[in-house]
Amino acid sequence: MTFALVDGNNFYVSCERVFNPRLEGRPMVVLSNNDGCVVARSAEVKALDVKMGMPWYQLKDLAARHNILALSSNYPLYADMSNRMMGVLGSYSPEQEIYSIDECFLRLDGFAADGLAAMGQRIRRQVRQWVGIPVCVGIAATKTLAKLANHCAKKNLAGADGVCNFGQIRADELTALFDRIQVNEVWGVGRRLTGTLAGMGIATVRALRDADPALIRREASVVLERTVRELRGVSCLALEDVAPNKQQIMSSRSFGEYVYALADLEQAVSTYCARAAESLRRQRSLANAVQVSIRTNPFSERQPQYQRGITVPLTQATSDTMRLTRAALLGLKRIYRPGFAYQKAGVMLMDLHSEDQVQGVLFAAAAPARPALMDVIDRANARWGGGTLKLASEGVKKPWQMKREWVTPSYTTRWDELPRVS
Amino acid sequence: MSKPTNPPCGGPRPGAGRPPGEPTKVIRLPLRLVPAVQALASAPPGVRMPHPAASHLALPMFGHKVRAGFPSPADDYVEAWLDLNEHLVTHKDATFFVQATGDSMTGAGIQEGNLLVVDRALEARHRDIVIAVVDGEMTVKRLDKRRGRIRLLAENPAYAPIEFQDGQELTVWGVVTSVIQRFKR
Repeated sequence: MTFALVDGNNFYVSCERVFNPRLEGRPMVVLSNNDGCVVARSAEVKALDVKMGMPWYQLKDLAARHNILALSSNYPLYADMSNRMMGVLGSYSPEQEIYSIDECFLRLDGFAADGLAAMGQRIRRQVRQWVGIPVCVGIAATKTLAKLANHCAKKNLAGADGVCNFGQIRADELTALFDRIQVNEVWGVGRRLTGTLAGMGIATVRALRDADPALIRREASVVLERTVRELRGVSCLALEDVAPNKQQIMSSRSFGEYVYALADLEQAVSTYCARAAESLRRQRSLANAVQVSIRTNPFSERQPQYQRGITVPLTQATSDTMRLTRAALLGLKRIYRPGFAYQKAGVMLMDLHSEDQVQGVLFAAAAPARPALMDVIDRANARWGGGTLKLASEGVKKPWQMKREWVTPSYTTRWDELPRVS
Repeated sequence: MSKPTNPPCGGPRPGAGRPPGEPTKVIRLPLRLVPAVQALASAPPGVRMPHPAASHLALPMFGHKVRAGFPSPADDYVEAWLDLNEHLVTHKDATFFVQATGDSMTGAGIQEGNLLVVDRALEARHRDIVIAVVDGEMTVKRLDKRRGRIRLLAENPAYAPIEFQDGQELTVWGVVTSVIQRFKR
């Protein structure tokens, strides 16, 4: 079996640079919602040792010294560019697993082993030309190894020009390479596992590959045992071509500024609920319960702290925004306490099942479903932008709304924000 | 041995027994089918109710009224709706729209505010209208490649050609395949 893992280099930064070629070579970061933390870094910023997840305010001095540009995240743009990239990559194989917004696995069985690196180069060239995004390609006999090969391509540890094919590396060379890579670079080995493995004297990829699978199973987990086998070239993980429908849908945001009044929280909760309900309808599911939660800022030690969530069950599963919102607001009223500076609220739709498995109600008349109304709302919002049609409870001014001070236009998804060219 | 006597409170109870009129039968149904069956029962005779889980099905539309006797001769020619995307976009994943500003390309029929369809999948050839990156800015010009010399030409005598010296690299962002000009909203 042969797998390729293709992933976009500094994906969000690369998306921004496609439409602002002037940013090429400039140190830059993309910030999380509310312009809080670094979620993407350009190569220039990585070289300055800026870590993922660093809060932007801690970087202000460094940014001033090195002229680092910070942009707010522009998810409509990244999602569209991701779809394009995945579309191009999908043409290389009938089997593709889209693993995240910027990476996917491809099955490349049946191609001559010595032609795979060349194919990797073609993939790289085509995505770069068609979509404008630079990618790296890792090729190997298992998904875990393909991930590792991709890491090697990206860090220039093996392979050439952003493509690394483990299938073309001699066994002794591969062992030497694995000896140089820390075990935490292996797919699925997080911080906690790294600690466990360190206790077992396993610090490198080579040590993990050569560990006794039975021991790994006993001391860690079956999952990690499978990783050991995958590192040895035995494919245990198949491609998951269809992303399973989500079991719960979460919509939560930090506020742009602290919120005190119940009325403002109600607006925020209504807005998040509408967004979650839209995703729910997109995957054609119904929710049986709504969880709503609010909290103060846990990092602000001088302020009194409060945090609470409540789950409101529904008598009948629904995807109707109005019914979900009513439940969420009911829950909010129960948990709201005055006198706190709230920093975040969230709505989670839970206990989901598919639209076509409807259970009747025993003790009450079934509430009328309004699929046609919901359909109109979804289509109007898709066509004229989110929030075009909404419940009045979402509010109009939204003082709590997310801060996105440095967001670039939706270049590819809105007619009034297209790139302008003279 | 005496026979047990019926309690004095016996006798016919109102509402008991089989209802008068039409004969009935008790049936067992999964709960989820109850609304559908109720709807079916209350519908006027002859009306067919859609299955509650029926999915959407698009059918071709026939553009004539049903007339007894003569079928329309056009029925054999039902065709798909003409889709402008299909007409204007060859490489969907590589196609971007940009808005033209300024007057440097009026000679090529590109006016201020026009929508340009840009295909990044195409290799730029001599005389193509391209989006190029010059000094970090995106610009629309005609590509001129003659005798090993690369230039970007405006289609307006008021603008000088942009020359590329040896070693200076031209970055083509994409090739313009169409211009869309609206006269009316």
